[in-house]
Amino acid sequence: MDFSLIQRVFPFFVEAAWVTIEISALSLALGLVVAFLVAAAKMSRSLPLRAFGSAYVSLFRGTPCLIQLFVLYFGGPQIGINLEPFAAGVIGLGLNIGAYMAEAIRGAILSVDRGQAEAARSIGFSRMQTMRKVILPQAARMMIRPLGVNTVALVKGSALVSTISVVELTYTAQRFIGSTYKPFEIFGVAAVLYMIIIYVVARIVDLLDRRYAIV
Amino acid sequence: MQGLDFSVIPPYADILWTGVWWTAILTVSAGAISFVFGIVFAVTVLYAPKIVTWPVRAFMWLFMGTPLLLQLFLIYYGLGQLDFKIPALVAGIVGLGLHFAVYNADVLRAGIVAVDAGQSEGARSIGFGKFQTLRYVVVPQAIRNTVPAIGNNLIALLKESSLVSIIGIAELVHSAQLAISETYRPFEFYIVAAALYYILNLVLEAGLRRVEQNVEVSR
Repeated sequence: MDFSLIQRVFPFFVEAAWVTIEISALSLALGLVVAFLVAAAKMSRSLPLRAFGSAYVSLFRGTPCLIQLFVLYFGGPQIGINLEPFAAGVIGLGLNIGAYMAEAIRGAILSVDRGQAEAARSIGFSRMQTMRKVILPQAARMMIRPLGVNTVALVKGSALVSTISVVELTYTAQRFIGSTYKPFEIFGVAAVLYMIIIYVVARIVDLLDRRYAIV
Repeated sequence: MQGLDFSVIPPYADILWTGVWWTAILTVSAGAISFVFGIVFAVTVLYAPKIVTWPVRAFMWLFMGTPLLLQLFLIYYGLGQLDFKIPALVAGIVGLGLHFAVYNADVLRAGIVAVDAGQSEGARSIGFGKFQTLRYVVVPQAIRNTVPAIGNNLIALLKESSLVSIIGIAELVHSAQLAISETYRPFEFYIVAAALYYILNLVLEAGLRRVEQNVEVSR
């Protein structure tokens, strides 16, 4: 173990960790919006919307996230989409995790007992009111865990944007491994920072879960 | 804006096809490693003495908490540093295999715990040793009950195998990159690569469904 090396590279890693946090947070926000829209499309009464929702989930979950990023970042300019690496990373990760989160949301909504919707409809609630006032408040609690799992996956998946030259944790690690030939030390530093981020995410999920638990 | 022209694809069909094969080979070999080591890790964590359990737990914790890409760099450059001159292909297969072994172990551990206690009591009472009980009674049932989850991990492995292109293994993404470096047509080739992954995914899913059905029938 070369501790002076760790000391020397540490400031660069702290900066890179912030980029990982930023890119994860922004793509989480985008992913949640996408997820709610796609879940709504998949559960709508209109056939074209349902088909779109199913196709979206199937395509984004059926192909590697890496390829999706490459199509967007390297292929984008060919169809008039010119994005900075950071923006391409946020959009690519957000669209991808949105497909996974859509399924988590749909699963939570479907897990609410049918009788709840039937009862709401029979006392004169419209479909929209039933969803907003009866189903969603109950489903929201069931979503916290699966969405949390997806968020942890998103933080780890954000390493992929290093391949489109976003200077985040994994990019920084790769650069320092290449220049110092100390893979174990560098991996250790990056691993500790990833673990801290993931630990904080897990704690937040725990808190939310307890806060909204049905006792 | 360059416009799209998919007629650039056919001359590179052979290269892409080779890439498909290598992706399949990677998935199968890393999948086999992830299955075998998944069982080994799960059994170790549950039954081995503490002195063995502790490092395995730490390893699982480390590999679940960090990105696969980072682990691939560690294995590729790390083993190089320890004076093992290993080719990228081996590093890629080992990296993918170990990464998913950890996830399989997590699933299998829960599966083993869920096997009814009466099963191992029964096996012990008819004279099976501890190892025999695990080998012939408990683990097979745990595997059978966790087939869907292990299948999901294999599907994830197929997609994540795209990452090993970063350490220079000539699989599907790498084939696409090769074609792009000659044609400067990233959009077309990456879309085709995505379509090929999608098809591989469908084939794998169909295969896994058959496995699941067989497991159901033999119950």
